[in-house]
Amino acid sequence: MKPIEAVNDFVVKFANVNGSGSASANTLFARSVQRMGVPVSPRNIFPSNIQGLPTWYEVRVSEAGWLGRRGGVDLMVAMNPQTWDQDLQEIEPGGYLFYDSTKPLPKSKFRDDITVIGMPLTEICNETYVDARERQLFKNIIYVGALSALLDIDPNEIAQLIGEQYKGKEKLLKPNIHALQLGRAHALARIACPIGLRVRRADRVGERIFIDGNSAAALGAVWGGATVCAWYPLTPSTSLAEAFARHCRRLRVDPDTGANRYAIVQAEDELASIGIVIGAAWNGARAFTATSGPGVSLMTEFLGLAYFAEIPAVIFNVQRGGPSTGLPTRTQQADVLACAYASHGDTKHVLLFPEDPRECFDLGAAAFDLADRLPTPVFVMMDLDIGMNEVLCEPLAWDYSRRMDRGKVMTAEMLEAGREFGRYLDADGDGIPYRTYPGTHPLRGAYFTRGTTKDRYARYSEDGPVYVDNMERLLAKFATAKRLVPKPVLRRCAKPTRSGVIYYGSTAAAMAEALAALEGQGIHVDAMRVRAFPFADEVADFIAGHEAVFVVEQNRDAQLRTLLVNELAIDPAKLQPVLHYDGTPITARFIAGRIAARLALANVKPLKKVGP
Amino acid sequence: MTYLAKPQLHYPALPVNRLGYTRRDYEGSVSTLCAGCGHDSISAAIVQACFELDIEPHKVAKLSGIGCSSKTPTYFLGNSHGFNSVHGRMPSVATGAALANRELIYLGVSGDGDSASIGLGQFAHCMRRAVNMVYIVENNGVYGLTKGQFSATADKGSKSKRGAVNADAPIDMVMLALQLGATFVARGFSGDKTQLVPLVKGALLHRGAAFIDVISPCVAFNNHPGSTKSYDYVREHNEAVNRLDFVSPRKEITAEYAPGTVEEVVQHDGVAIRLRKLHSDFDAHNRIAAMNYLQERAAAGEIVTGLLFEEPHPEDLHARLNTVEVPLNRLGDGELVPGPEALERVNDAYR
Repeated sequence: MKPIEAVNDFVVKFANVNGSGSASANTLFARSVQRMGVPVSPRNIFPSNIQGLPTWYEVRVSEAGWLGRRGGVDLMVAMNPQTWDQDLQEIEPGGYLFYDSTKPLPKSKFRDDITVIGMPLTEICNETYVDARERQLFKNIIYVGALSALLDIDPNEIAQLIGEQYKGKEKLLKPNIHALQLGRAHALARIACPIGLRVRRADRVGERIFIDGNSAAALGAVWGGATVCAWYPLTPSTSLAEAFARHCRRLRVDPDTGANRYAIVQAEDELASIGIVIGAAWNGARAFTATSGPGVSLMTEFLGLAYFAEIPAVIFNVQRGGPSTGLPTRTQQADVLACAYASHGDTKHVLLFPEDPRECFDLGAAAFDLADRLPTPVFVMMDLDIGMNEVLCEPLAWDYSRRMDRGKVMTAEMLEAGREFGRYLDADGDGIPYRTYPGTHPLRGAYFTRGTTKDRYARYSEDGPVYVDNMERLLAKFATAKRLVPKPVLRRCAKPTRSGVIYYGSTAAAMAEALAALEGQGIHVDAMRVRAFPFADEVADFIAGHEAVFVVEQNRDAQLRTLLVNELAIDPAKLQPVLHYDGTPITARFIAGRIAARLALANVKPLKKVGP
Repeated sequence: MTYLAKPQLHYPALPVNRLGYTRRDYEGSVSTLCAGCGHDSISAAIVQACFELDIEPHKVAKLSGIGCSSKTPTYFLGNSHGFNSVHGRMPSVATGAALANRELIYLGVSGDGDSASIGLGQFAHCMRRAVNMVYIVENNGVYGLTKGQFSATADKGSKSKRGAVNADAPIDMVMLALQLGATFVARGFSGDKTQLVPLVKGALLHRGAAFIDVISPCVAFNNHPGSTKSYDYVREHNEAVNRLDFVSPRKEITAEYAPGTVEEVVQHDGVAIRLRKLHSDFDAHNRIAAMNYLQERAAAGEIVTGLLFEEPHPEDLHARLNTVEVPLNRLGDGELVPGPEALERVNDAYR
């Protein structure tokens, strides 16, 4: 078997034990490739555990800039004996295995169609370090050093990154650099370097930033003017609230008094989280929570109240695998229906679908304007793949001529001037009523907020016609929302086609690559990335303009497809589901394979049946 | 018709407060609760307390959950914003509201069904989080709106109207509030307005988590012999440990009291609360002693009422979070949106 030869286009996977300090070393590796101008897309594959269980870090190196998961492994850095057999199986024929050769392993433990590279990492560490923790931590840096030699990565880039990380902490800086050099020197002296996989300096990263979606969404909340955050720890959303806290400490402190222009409450549960958000938003503050599917399940009663009483709320849902506890540390897009129709009775909620961290920032900030304008709950539908992984994306940008849109808020001056106020009155014909903040005016504008039925002036009423009047206005408001939410993104293929594909959220990275691959095979498909629910008219037009439309999703039940069928009255036969839901991020290989197979099948003329 | 506006009749002889408002200006719509319901007396006490303290009605936000008690905010302070939220969740909504605007007064009204069962967790966390609010539980030991089931505060051995005996231990919300760190804790009785109005006033002036458990008999389902929350039973077993008086700072104390029986606590706005001790062995400023005292008297079958604990210098959630003095809901783009240099620094940090 000929060893794989590839420059700037391969996959390295690190198999580690969690709690061993591998994460920062692996990130260091990924960033060093990026610093050489070659795009990488790393993904953490981790268990719901703190210490002792297997964890993987998969780095795709792609000069072409493909950021989706590729599938397959060209170089396995096998540091976990527990998963040795499984890890070995994953290596592509002709691929490479890098492992700790301190303890000899029988030949039966290897494969003969791969290149095996052993380095006695434990032995080197035991000779160099006395402290047990140091032996563990520096082992990781030593293999990064070795990889720099094996893959021809500029060691100065790694040293530079270590320098940035330990700026002002000389005590940590020096031993890290030493470990790096140790590993590199050992590899150069004893192994034929570089191997068939190589990193070559390029200029394909540019101004882009390398950020996880949870941090970007938190920054969206900072720039979007959020002042109240209430949350409950829940993987994979936890780091979003923590990032908000971290950024607020630097960006939201009154320079004169040192006091905070924000309030963050770690609530007792998700019910309290959304209750605090609703209370704060009712009282005129921009408020949000971050959660995942199980949290949304708990919040649904309150979400119905917010829908019916028309109170703004922003919910970042970093989706994970369900149902129930499901796949708590894996990715899915399986809360689409649960969020779109959250709560009992007739409810519909606004959903936004960011494709990457940059859009987590943009749509995260936009969610606050939409929530205030409509006033209603708005979900930002992220997922673990873009939420917890660092993704190369365009730098964050802000239009400084923009002002927060606080929606239709009636002020004391307006009330004083005699403006008619009905909390649920459709004053402008767009279905959106005015609201007042508590404490606005001594005699005018006060009203009672409740989950029970009420008339246009917020007066309790159980009369059928009054109820229907209000429910119809809520529909009119939802129709207005359709015009306010972010438009879908259309990508026409090179040639006219009768086939289309609809996708959303984190699937975008794999989809871009899949479309290019399909085009390479002469298969032309127009593509539309849906960015919001309610669906803009363009979505219905796109479906009407194609004979068959694939709907690519990361869930079992084709949830967006159901929503399209249901909300746009589409013939279900027209929408073909392409579903990937094993908890790993969807790949271009999967999408292109499925679409190509279905189109091939559709083009085959049925053969005459031959007798039995 | 399910909504009754109260007729705005003009009574020229009604007294006005410092703001020029009469007591009527603090009322809401006509109550739809049963005639004789203890809750209506509590609404009246809230009206009286706000009127006497010269509180601007629109500077109060009234919040509640679900149940008979939670309906009452409609019946007082008609010019205040109200929020009838979901069952047992008033505390979280009040917490959020209090975070958004620290300048208003937050008055949460709940019941034993709302706060001692589904809402017990939110009640507990609201108290321990020191939300600056008045939290009143209108406690009748029974589910009224669903017609007479025991609530979690019903005493063990007390009888329902249909004759069933409650076998479960009761939840004592006063003990919980004390244990959880509430800084103003009182128990009142809806049948004793002279005691209740000053307790509500004291709670309204308190700048921290203020809790009042008000025993409020349900005339429809829990006012019969065998109930421990009936008017008769509570009157017989009520042991008031003290009485509150309010003293404007300009007035001198003229009444004569025996030494050691009167204590004055000056509130943040200069109003003094005068505490007249009725039981010389009770100290309302000692949390642990109060808890011991309450346990002892409860074992003896007494219902202890009055101001049970007050921390004169409370700390609230805003202080703990070190939030700015300006209400968060008043901050604009200038204060909230970081500038272009900050954005560039953020981008650089992720390269």
